[in-house]
Amino acid sequence: MNIITAKDLNLYYGSFQALKNITMDISAQNITAFIGPSGCGKSTFIRTLNRMNDLIPDVRITGDVTFLGENIYDKSVDATLLRKRVGMVFQAPNPFPMSIYDNIAYGPRIYGTKKRILLDEIVEKSLRDAAIWDEAKDRLKKSALSLSGGQQQRLCIARALAMQPEVLLMDEPTSALDPISTTKIEELVMELKKKYSIVIVTHNMQQAARISDYTAFFLLGELLENNNTNAIFSNPKDKRTEDYITGRFG
Amino acid sequence: MKIKNIIEQVMKSFFFICGMMTIIAMLTIAIYLIINGVPAIREVGLFNFLFGQIWAPVHSTEPQFGILPFILTSIYGTFGAVLIGVPIGLMTAIFLSKLSNPKISVVVNTAVELLAGIPSVVYGFIGLSVLVPLVRETFGLLSGATLFSAIIVLSIMILPNIINVSRVALAAVPTKYEEASYALGATKMETIFKVSMPAARSGIAAGVVLGIGRAIGEAMAVMMVAGNVANMPELFRGVRFLTTAIASELSYAAAGIHRNALFSIALVLFVFIIIINIVLNLLLKRGVK
Repeated sequence: MNIITAKDLNLYYGSFQALKNITMDISAQNITAFIGPSGCGKSTFIRTLNRMNDLIPDVRITGDVTFLGENIYDKSVDATLLRKRVGMVFQAPNPFPMSIYDNIAYGPRIYGTKKRILLDEIVEKSLRDAAIWDEAKDRLKKSALSLSGGQQQRLCIARALAMQPEVLLMDEPTSALDPISTTKIEELVMELKKKYSIVIVTHNMQQAARISDYTAFFLLGELLENNNTNAIFSNPKDKRTEDYITGRFG
Repeated sequence: MKIKNIIEQVMKSFFFICGMMTIIAMLTIAIYLIINGVPAIREVGLFNFLFGQIWAPVHSTEPQFGILPFILTSIYGTFGAVLIGVPIGLMTAIFLSKLSNPKISVVVNTAVELLAGIPSVVYGFIGLSVLVPLVRETFGLLSGATLFSAIIVLSIMILPNIINVSRVALAAVPTKYEEASYALGATKMETIFKVSMPAARSGIAAGVVLGIGRAIGEAMAVMMVAGNVANMPELFRGVRFLTTAIASELSYAAAGIHRNALFSIALVLFVFIIIINIVLNLLLKRGVK
């Protein structure tokens, strides 16, 4: 089943066209990796899936992105509600300068959950699901900024999970982390795909090969190739895909 | 080579002396105020001076030197100005840093800078010729020169301090915090009030304290609109601030306890300002962390 479908998607920053006619399906309950050299549009594309590009002035988008049958660029769609259902984790860990508890409770609170007992439950469950409960449970009231980088990133994943999203978008979530933290996040992502559909942008081809079910290769704003990960890495159809994954350019 | 070295040394000393100038000025003022301000407090008694309710320095038989009316007026006046000025200033800062488009920002910023540059006597003059009659007629008073008028003028005068410092603090909030908030499904307003403002709170507080400093130190404008009578403060009554008490009597106060008492008032004001500056520094330090 496909959870998100993009059709003839074009995106312009002012007069510069950053995405060219992207058409692709994103499969539910799987991990889809976006790979490609810097500036290829993979980060821009992932940000069209929860309309984060709305926040940048001078962005123009044509084409459709359908999420569970609904065009998210339709005028009737409330972008904030969309973002609640399509969570996002960023490249650099960005916990709020608040306590660990308040970071997780932030989203549920703005969507009306006020009861302490419910929030306690959500906080514990989210932290457990993001595999950081054991490290955080004794310091829930401490500032989230006191955590290490890898812990902060798992906290950000927990914060996204607290909204019970259907899709989790991850924009190079491990590029600012050390190898051990990266391994932990990768294990976590593999675990999370049981419940969530995951899209991950990565610079790291081994990472895409290790964890993803599908891989999409972007180059200069175009989607060159999109297939299941084994096929892309063992038998790329496009010469440029092969050059990229074998490290001939990057 | 030698001449070069001499020039270096001379320039170094010159800069050092310039740097010392502020310290010398500051110490001179402090010492002067203490030498001239302490005798009157000794004579009247610290408690009677600070908490006496009657100021009658030229009474023929029983002169009294109680400055509680001035202290309370300065505190009430400043508090009132903060009560009105802070919400308006903060909302303006939010508008400028988060909501307006660049074209409007330029216009508003220019207006804020001009507001900061207007001499206080002009504020006083406009207050006297526009605000005071307006207050008199609106509230049916004998005179519109009241604490209320002073509060209005002060709240406008402190706006630039609050707006500029808060705007810079809000603009310095890292975008990544705001992005995280939007990505969780928060609206713009929720993001501003729950993420940006808490993250900028020490800077915003610094702006408020700067505004307090400006309000409590202002003399000229309030002298023209506050009625300048040594009453215990009431909103619609003529009042006298710590600053205006000094300014209005220094020219005719005879040498002796009356003149010394004015220096004592200055000393009290000085202590207020020092406290405000300490608070400001603490806030700014906390912001850096």
